[in-house]
Amino acid sequence: MSVSTGSRRVLEKGPSGWLAAPALFLFLLFAIIPLAGVFFLSFTAWDGLGEIKLDGLSSWTTVLTDPVTGNALWVTAKIMFFSFVVQAPISLLLGVFTSASQKYRAVLAVLYFVPLLLSSAAVAIAYKALLDPNFGLGPGLGVPFLAQDWLGNSDLVLFVVVFVIAWQFVPFHTLIYQGGVRQIPASLYEAAQIDGAGRVQQFFAITLPQLKYTIITSSTLMVVGSLAYFDLIFVLTGGGPGYSTRLLPLHMYLTGFKANDMGAASALGVILVVIGLVLALVLQRLGGKNRNASQLEGA
Amino acid sequence: MASTTQLPVPPATRVAPNRKPVQRSKGPGRSRPNFLGGLGGWLWLAIIIVPIYYVVVTSLKNQAGFFTSNPMMPPTEPTLDNYKLVLENDFAMYFANSLVVTVGSVVPALLVSFMAAYAIVRGKSRFLGWTNRLFLLGLAIPLHATIIPIYWMITKAHLYDTLLALMLPSIAFAIPISVLILSNFMRDVPNELFESMRLDGCSDWAMMWRLALPLTKPAVITVGIYNALHVWNGFLFPLILTQSPSTRVLPLSLWTFQGEFSVNIPAVLASVVLATLPLLVIYVVARRQLISGLTAGFSK
Repeated sequence: MSVSTGSRRVLEKGPSGWLAAPALFLFLLFAIIPLAGVFFLSFTAWDGLGEIKLDGLSSWTTVLTDPVTGNALWVTAKIMFFSFVVQAPISLLLGVFTSASQKYRAVLAVLYFVPLLLSSAAVAIAYKALLDPNFGLGPGLGVPFLAQDWLGNSDLVLFVVVFVIAWQFVPFHTLIYQGGVRQIPASLYEAAQIDGAGRVQQFFAITLPQLKYTIITSSTLMVVGSLAYFDLIFVLTGGGPGYSTRLLPLHMYLTGFKANDMGAASALGVILVVIGLVLALVLQRLGGKNRNASQLEGA
Repeated sequence: MASTTQLPVPPATRVAPNRKPVQRSKGPGRSRPNFLGGLGGWLWLAIIIVPIYYVVVTSLKNQAGFFTSNPMMPPTEPTLDNYKLVLENDFAMYFANSLVVTVGSVVPALLVSFMAAYAIVRGKSRFLGWTNRLFLLGLAIPLHATIIPIYWMITKAHLYDTLLALMLPSIAFAIPISVLILSNFMRDVPNELFESMRLDGCSDWAMMWRLALPLTKPAVITVGIYNALHVWNGFLFPLILTQSPSTRVLPLSLWTFQGEFSVNIPAVLASVVLATLPLLVIYVVARRQLISGLTAGFSK
């Protein structure tokens, strides 16, 4: 990096730290201070309008004894697990598929990425209409199985949510995998072909191991990202029916802004922060340490 | 400089705007056609296209047609009335609000992130090291967990229900990933260039604008697009920080349209099409930049 500079230029001391000050100021003010604020507010009682009153641990007691909290955690875990299990293999295969040089695959890739442009609100509204048992996909194709009340059935709705999440986010992960596959040296495949390895063998012997870091990146984003599936589920199901899709971020929002219990909502926010940090650190560990170094020193 | 809190970003997928796809002379599947792979590819295309097709087709039906015709068939007499209805319902204003918020968030975010990235890469002080670590930490935290204190701050500052209320936290949330990507790029600028400019008597300020900026311009554009997409499609901040129609942005307007026209599904879907149209135009015009912007960001 910049170790060798000192020898010739004694004057060089690098730019002033003030250049970073505006970014640091904004980030402290609207991200770090609120982060501290959410801890503080979890020990208060506040309805969102009136005075904030210190209230000890009562918000925490409320949150931790409320069965809805446990349910929200369980729903979050289920959505996290299923959306990972669904998205990861599809994204990986599509990434490999679109990275090949055939023309038709390039054309398909252009269309695959269109969902990236839609807002979560737009996706949710589109699916609400599409999944309507009377005017949606089911009657349209004349398939009775598809004409179910997908969003009203508490046994099915979770899987519908997982499907819609996959529809919206698989394109993004496909993109990550596509980039990863394109970096694999062609010589590896040439060598394998000379050795007579078939397509499936090549996939498992070369593509998959070479994609190790891409898999870790994409998986981290999928898992940590599932803590942010707020807007899609909010518009699609509102957390219902009942509590069946009320995952943690949504539960936090509804507790704070609909039930006007900002103290309890802040306690839920703290739980959300802790889960996010723990997940990020665990996945980071899985990825190994040296890769950061290699990435930063790659320059 | 390695930090333990950094999201893993493989060298493979670091931004490379304008990068030509690497042509693989003999990729897998070159020898004989991969029927299974092809089948899967077309199947996924169907999954992607069907909802989009349904939305477009339905938005062109009149309400009677919606209730009577086959949902998957194109309308017998296509109409643009739904679009007219949406446009008459202040769509232009919501569009303008979205534009103001997006530009007002992305430009300042880019400016401060670029300066910070320059200082972090070129500077050596401990303060800058800590600043960088703090930004990296920001990538690991689900920042929307902070909406309640943000709501409190915005109301205390008497900014509730203003567009500025949406911009300020959007800028802050865009900073960590922007600094990360920009500083990764800044490291690729050869040190010799900076040294020779310094010999010519250039200040750091001048070097930042005259050397670092032109050389990292593709990355700046990429980060800008990534942030713009996020702010444009953002839903949570508008939901909690604004209220009146005059400050409504597009994603929120879709949601309120849905409430107002609940029975008029074709109109609701027309609003979805109209809200997506600007991005679709950008996608058609600048696909490469947009795509590399998305891979560059991958956080959140």
